[in-house]
Amino acid sequence: MSTSRTYDAIVIGGGHNGLVNGAYLAKAGMKTLIIERRHLVGGAAITEELYPGFHFTTFSYALSLLRPEIIHELHLVKHGFMPIQMSSSFAPMEDGDYLWQGSDRDENIHEIARHSRHDADAMDQFDHDMHQICQAMKPLMDSIPPNLFGNGPDDLLQLADLARHLKGLQPRVLHNCVRLLTGSAADFLDDYFESDIVKATLASSGIIGSKVGPRSQGSGLVLLFHKLGEIDGSFGSWGFHKGGNGGFTQVLARAAQAFGAEIVLDTAVDHVIISNGRTTGVALVDGTELNAAVVVSSLDPRRTFTQLVDPRELPTELVDNIRRFRFQGTSAKVNFALDGLPSHPALPGRVDHYRGFVNIGPTMDYLEHAYDDAKYGWYSKRPYIDACIQSTVDPDMAPPGKHVMSCFVQYAPYELKNGDWDVEREGFGDVVEDTIESFFPGFKSLVLHREIVTPLDIERVVGLSEGNIFAGEFLAPQMFFFRPAPGWNQYRTPIDGYYQCGSGTHPGGCVMGAPGRFASQQILADAARSTSAR
Amino acid sequence: MFKTTPFYERLAPLNETGLWSHWSGYLVPRKFQMNDKIEYFAVRNSAALFDTSPLYKYRLTGADAERFLAGVLARDIRQCHNGQAQYTCWCDDRGFVVEDGVVFRTSADDYMLTSAEPNFAYFKALVGTLRVSIEDISANLGALAVQGPRARMLLASLAPEVADLKFFEHTQVKFGDVPAMVSRTGYTGDLGFEVWVAPHDGSALWDLIAGAGKDLGVLPAGQNVLVMTRIEAGLILIGADFHSSRFALSDHDSSTPLELGFGWMFNGLANSDRRFIGRTAIEREIRDRTSRWKTVGLVVDWQDWNRVYQTEGLIPPKDITPVTSEIMLYDDDGVHVGYTTSMMYSPILQRHIAIGRVRPHLSSVGSRVHLEATIHHRYRTVTTHVAKTALFNPARKTS
Repeated sequence: MSTSRTYDAIVIGGGHNGLVNGAYLAKAGMKTLIIERRHLVGGAAITEELYPGFHFTTFSYALSLLRPEIIHELHLVKHGFMPIQMSSSFAPMEDGDYLWQGSDRDENIHEIARHSRHDADAMDQFDHDMHQICQAMKPLMDSIPPNLFGNGPDDLLQLADLARHLKGLQPRVLHNCVRLLTGSAADFLDDYFESDIVKATLASSGIIGSKVGPRSQGSGLVLLFHKLGEIDGSFGSWGFHKGGNGGFTQVLARAAQAFGAEIVLDTAVDHVIISNGRTTGVALVDGTELNAAVVVSSLDPRRTFTQLVDPRELPTELVDNIRRFRFQGTSAKVNFALDGLPSHPALPGRVDHYRGFVNIGPTMDYLEHAYDDAKYGWYSKRPYIDACIQSTVDPDMAPPGKHVMSCFVQYAPYELKNGDWDVEREGFGDVVEDTIESFFPGFKSLVLHREIVTPLDIERVVGLSEGNIFAGEFLAPQMFFFRPAPGWNQYRTPIDGYYQCGSGTHPGGCVMGAPGRFASQQILADAARSTSAR
Repeated sequence: MFKTTPFYERLAPLNETGLWSHWSGYLVPRKFQMNDKIEYFAVRNSAALFDTSPLYKYRLTGADAERFLAGVLARDIRQCHNGQAQYTCWCDDRGFVVEDGVVFRTSADDYMLTSAEPNFAYFKALVGTLRVSIEDISANLGALAVQGPRARMLLASLAPEVADLKFFEHTQVKFGDVPAMVSRTGYTGDLGFEVWVAPHDGSALWDLIAGAGKDLGVLPAGQNVLVMTRIEAGLILIGADFHSSRFALSDHDSSTPLELGFGWMFNGLANSDRRFIGRTAIEREIRDRTSRWKTVGLVVDWQDWNRVYQTEGLIPPKDITPVTSEIMLYDDDGVHVGYTTSMMYSPILQRHIAIGRVRPHLSSVGSRVHLEATIHHRYRTVTTHVAKTALFNPARKTS
């Protein structure tokens, strides 16, 4: 750390949003410090060599929702940004068949027709409707939401803009949006499809990271959120950054540093210093005090409002809203080092279906049953698994001929009823391994090493409360106007100079960077306003 | 009847799409599987194998071979050492480009010249009394391009001396029992090599290289990706970015080397007494600054691209498929000042990019032009800037 202890801005947390935020502030000329508690930046977006030669995306494992503006504005290409598309989805079925969808529409139609002629035709209509919904929702995602409770001229103008946008939508599109935002993924998909494997493959996007089943109200919102991702303008496409999401956050760190931001590692913030209702800096755990007129928390809302500051400094209603903000993480990871690629009984000798995602969740009942276990406080006996063997598209991830396989697993509720994750860890790992084995016989013999990441590990290592990967659930009352709390959806806090920029703010989680970017816009706009007022 | 290349036997079962390009009368895969990006990222992140056998190849031998090439090619072959290669072009006596190609110098009296179009009769007619013999060896050599960051590691695992080859050098090696010439050349703008082999060794060479690459993420790649990567590399293509002056119906269809961005080929020309075809016209063009165009790299302003589509309620398209039909360019006043000849969305640069021509006064890096875009059946324009080629230029290409 430099000898100077005074900064224009201090960002707490070097996750991707903290890095994005710090980079923008530094780019705007602010003397910016990003403080990271761990020995590496990235937060939940890191890559670690946890087994010699094998690079694991320990937590988050794919790239899709990153806002394209950030790539350009922060000059990420210059620093090594490389999104490799993972262009297919392979869904094994319980009878040994599969649904394999790639990037060619006509090929997909024939593949779906093996399961349902009706659904093959319906897919075009579904894709078209989803595209329209994404087109309608994208402007909402790509702007700071109005403050519904503000009465300033700006607030009213922003609300009017929003109303104008919504009024401009075709009735069917707006209705579809509402049906998705409030309803279940299953109901929405039932409008289009009859085949279980087709519906289940699509419905899986509706449960990722959330404590909902595909038939729960609210899973539609999660489905929509994931469909808003894009790679190179292609909606719903997912990719893999070279070197994993850790490779991506290293790119972000280089960009931030190139703009002049300073990053310190292995440094923990104890609290934000507040004096007369405004922040003056942060105090580190070792007692050091660092001064800054702007302090930005990239941590989740619980930590931002109840741990980094004394809740007594805040309005009671806000504190109560944060208390009621739902986390209830329900996802886990199991990462494998593999001696070779698995084989699927129906595709002997083939391996190209591993260049995308492997979606283990073959029927709607399978997904719903997996959720049932979680509802009653236990992890799924037959879990949903979103797997990807990233070394197939980025060979640097593993030694030649070997592979890393990232498995995102649901459901794994943070709170086990009469159980303890540290005790259940290996048993859970076995369940995951057994499940994969049942679809890919021989899988177990390929496993060289496995890393189990429970929701408790996510909380302990990354700092995400209750292990929620989105820093707060994607529920309608926790989105847009209300993320993270009514009236505090514009990145400010009741404490002057103290801002929030984590995934617990609009638009939300996933490696999208939008919260970090919007927060920087708000901070810079406020700074400009206070300068002109002087 | 289309012919097949020395690698066809191996490529045919790998080409799942059934899509083939017709390249100089040969079948080469357009793509091996439906998503071009899989092959594309193999080039940029591991390595890819391209069948480039359909190139025309001429062997020039004899005591006067150097003198002949010094008089025919625009670049001075005498500056090219044995074991080196030169990217060059040849012009007509009015200073228009006939074609471009790569010349490989084995010794003072032994060369190989490659070109995309037939030039045998053209060169033959220029021999006169010189002691040089020209042989069309196009069908006698297969060519396999191995391109990407892992290309060197891959080939050196089979023939360690490949590791020592510098950019634009070539040498004879043996891959297993297969004798081949390897050159550190290519059309992708990446670290890469081309392997030149006798046709009867094609399958054996493929088995060796593809076998060694199996666990390295190496993939076969088709023409689509070759065209994409060459645009990023700023490498022009006959039939797309220029046309041979031999077959031009008017001077509008011809280009001078200066107009194609080959000015660097004539550095030091003033201090050289070498006579070559087109020299007088080229010198006059340099002196009088009569170039009509400059071929440049272009990068489309991403914000403006988004703006023109979003104001129409559309999601901005990002299509990686190269467009080689002309798209017009205008200046700030709406005056026509150029056109693109190859355009695409580049996944690695995350921008729409192009190779195009602009009037010389707008050719410096950073100059602003406006690219025509058709949106909802009406013309719009998008801000675009002139950029330095190669637009994608990793250090590994030459290191």
